[in-house]
Amino acid sequence: MSNEVKCKLKINGLVYNLSIPSDTPLIFVIRNNLNLKGTKLGCGLEQCGSCTLLVDGKKTLSCNQNAIDFEGKEITTIEGLEVNNKYSLLQEAFIEFNSAQCGYCSSGIIMSLTSLFNEKNIPTENDIVKSLENNLCRCGSHHSVLKAVEKVISILSNEKVENQYE
Amino acid sequence: MVDITLNQNSKLGSIDRPNSYIGRSLTRDGAIRHLEGGGKFVDDLILPRMVNSAFLRSPYAHAEIKSINISDAQKYPGVIDIFLSEHIDTVCKPWIGVLSHLGEMRSPEQSPLAKKIARWQGEAIAIVIANTRAQAEDAIEAIEVDWVEKEPQINMETALDKDTVVIHKELGNNLFWTRTVEQGDVKKAFKESSTIVEATLDFARHTGVTLETRGIVADWDKSEKKMSIYHNGQAPHMMQHIIAKHFDISEGLVRVISKDVGGSFGIKVHVYGDEMAAIAASKILGRPVKFVADRLESFTTDIHARCHKISGKLGVDKNGKFLSMEINDLSGIGPYSMYPRTSAIETNQVLNLSGSPYIIPNYKAVGTVVFQNKTPMCQYRAVGHPIAVAITEVLVDKAAKKIGMKVEDIRKINFIPDDQYPNKTPSGVPLEDLSHQATMNKLLKIMNVPDLEKQKKLDLEKGILTGIGIISMCEVTNPSPLFYGVGGAHISSQDGASIRLEGSGAVHVSSSITEQGQGTEAIMKQIAADQLGVSMDTIRLTLGDTDATPYGGGTWASRGAGIGGEAVLKAARTLKNNILKIASAIMQTDIDTIDIANNSVIRKNGGEGISLKKLAETVYYRGHEIPQGTNPELIATSSFYIEGIPFVFTNSAMGCQVTVDQDTGLIKINKFWVIEDCGTQINPKLVEEQIRGGVIQGIGGALYEECVYDDQGNMQNATMADYLVPMACEMPDIIVDHVITNSGRSILGAKGAGEAGTGGAPAVIMNAINDALSSMNKEVTSQPITPEKILKAIGKI
Repeated sequence: MSNEVKCKLKINGLVYNLSIPSDTPLIFVIRNNLNLKGTKLGCGLEQCGSCTLLVDGKKTLSCNQNAIDFEGKEITTIEGLEVNNKYSLLQEAFIEFNSAQCGYCSSGIIMSLTSLFNEKNIPTENDIVKSLENNLCRCGSHHSVLKAVEKVISILSNEKVENQYE
Repeated sequence: MVDITLNQNSKLGSIDRPNSYIGRSLTRDGAIRHLEGGGKFVDDLILPRMVNSAFLRSPYAHAEIKSINISDAQKYPGVIDIFLSEHIDTVCKPWIGVLSHLGEMRSPEQSPLAKKIARWQGEAIAIVIANTRAQAEDAIEAIEVDWVEKEPQINMETALDKDTVVIHKELGNNLFWTRTVEQGDVKKAFKESSTIVEATLDFARHTGVTLETRGIVADWDKSEKKMSIYHNGQAPHMMQHIIAKHFDISEGLVRVISKDVGGSFGIKVHVYGDEMAAIAASKILGRPVKFVADRLESFTTDIHARCHKISGKLGVDKNGKFLSMEINDLSGIGPYSMYPRTSAIETNQVLNLSGSPYIIPNYKAVGTVVFQNKTPMCQYRAVGHPIAVAITEVLVDKAAKKIGMKVEDIRKINFIPDDQYPNKTPSGVPLEDLSHQATMNKLLKIMNVPDLEKQKKLDLEKGILTGIGIISMCEVTNPSPLFYGVGGAHISSQDGASIRLEGSGAVHVSSSITEQGQGTEAIMKQIAADQLGVSMDTIRLTLGDTDATPYGGGTWASRGAGIGGEAVLKAARTLKNNILKIASAIMQTDIDTIDIANNSVIRKNGGEGISLKKLAETVYYRGHEIPQGTNPELIATSSFYIEGIPFVFTNSAMGCQVTVDQDTGLIKINKFWVIEDCGTQINPKLVEEQIRGGVIQGIGGALYEECVYDDQGNMQNATMADYLVPMACEMPDIIVDHVITNSGRSILGAKGAGEAGTGGAPAVIMNAINDALSSMNKEVTSQPITPEKILKAIGKI
């Protein structure tokens, strides 16, 4: 058991003042204290990518790092991606290409890719695969994820990509 | 580009009519909520007064529990209670995992928690109930158990030896089940064969690794005597029935809710002791109890699969015609047969399915299933198929190479011809509506084998080992009552659907099929809208709630579309007829002159129609305007099961091209092709995603996945860092195309598509690798085909 400590976290633009055990991993604060259930726990050992969220815009695994270490940082979860009730380009493309099966990995994958697009406007195929190297999709939706990413890149580079199903 | 005309099925109406949705790759709106983090998974649920749980589990594969002391642990902060087997058994009756129609199966009674002896590492011993999971885990550390280790029985190959430890004394030995299938005269046919080839293949244990681990919230409401279960399972009505039976609750007072499920793959269709213990704890405490497995628990207690050693022999005549096939399969299933499906079915599928694409007049198959002190083994995606397909297709390749035939030619002359169905597998199981010739021809065309052969030759000149593999296979889908029900298992082969018109003209559909990411929601809506004549946006669907959906089997054995979809189709047609009847009365016209399209009843001659909204308003709110005695039914319920045959089989042909690195042993799958014949495709995009996902799990089994045990029965790699599964960087380009032969067993004509990839990929990858190694006259016979095995095979280590 560890001591309860005061902790101030900024998540999706809102500031939360919390009192939590000092060794509480970030994901449990987000899921259990704040009831933001979009971030998923898959392994608890930073091995599956389900718990990926953004810290200062960069992908971060939340299952094994203490919440108190994130004070002063901007945390974004999947619930924080929509702006003015509009999906992000990635979310739109995921819908179009059915880039989710059971959906358990989806928020982690979207957050990893959002981080990638924050870093590079036009990522290469190698960048994309590398950005997903820690995100397990056991349903095997990678092909349609890559199609969705291609679509986003094409929009960003103002090109048209054919949706083979249209 | 998907060719919509490929999906034309005359029984369903023209594809040019309005609201023609069957056969189209519509966007799956069920996936949208996941993309905004809105999925509803078991661990997301919080109920008033809910408590959490964690299990003390056996650290040993085989050990006697001399005593357990929970008094210190009970005093830990947040602990509410701790239950042992003796407590849990007061509310939960034991079960036995046997079926009666496949010969004698012997498996002892099981209870939720181990009593005196723990028989696998991870078996649950005690359940700790606490306010939080962390508190429950802390208290586990304080439970004192006096263990006496016993010698474990690990190796399946020595399980039946005289001096081997017997896991269940009362059974006398470690045999669970054995079955022999024999057709024709195998001995005589081998004598008459001009060439005989043999192979022995090993398949390691692996497991499902669902990204969402198993989970349950059990909520016993004393005041109503009602048990509500929130479960990430595949078969809510089956669980409802089993919970009612074992907890002595009236079935109507058990409600099972299975909403979003984060991957299932057959892992979540079985009865697990820990989940039953959580239900028992809720019944004892009278408050909601949550159990969600952690990843370690997942690796050591989710069912494992495969674990087979199979030997096979194929005899052919001088023209390459198959005369005789014999297989002998050994499988280890852990210490108990799972309930209610039993752990015999994987072996049974191997016996039934080996050789199934071909005419093989003489066939003998022997299966032996033994107990081990390892995690229980049971049905996982493509049950038995990887073994049956690999032994068949490896032998076929060997025969071809031995008699100097092309691997495609030997297949073509031995296929059951497409125009000779109904037919039977060599084991005698009925087959119909298959297309091995057409799928293989299409596969060879899109693979462009001559070009691949040219490239292989050029690569070899450069010292690069490239190989090409092809296979054909049958996939068991849509089981009938002749699968489980006939053996006494209370597993419904029927599914139901209900459909109603609501006051606003909206349509509500409910189905007993569940969703684990396959796209059930999308296809049920497509079928309902298509057959009723309404737009997709009018349909709302309820799944996964035994209080709100018709009774049925749920989602397993690739049965959702073929069985559950047919029930939706039938219900939609009945509702349509009901609507047209009342509309004809309101519109004062003959029923034959009207139809439904675009959310309205229309006059075929183009006159003024009536919208479904107006019709529903009239029926529900202004019934007095309708002629007396009409009393319309704007609701219809239908059910469906397959009759007359055990399964509706699907078939596929697959190919792949691999490169084997001689220095590292690493295998790269350059390209993978699948031609699938699953009958009517309701949504081709979803079919293709099922095929691709299946192939990827098949790649896992073929190249990476293995539950590694030491000789004491300790699992050595129970983390995601150590247990390898295919990731994004391992994905080859998977090309999927189709041949369509509708099933004659239903109007819809759909078969299943969920498991072919997993069933076929291991065989085609093995054939491709062995083709690559053939220039060195080497082969691999053991899966997963790791770099180490490659290097050993080619003599590098």
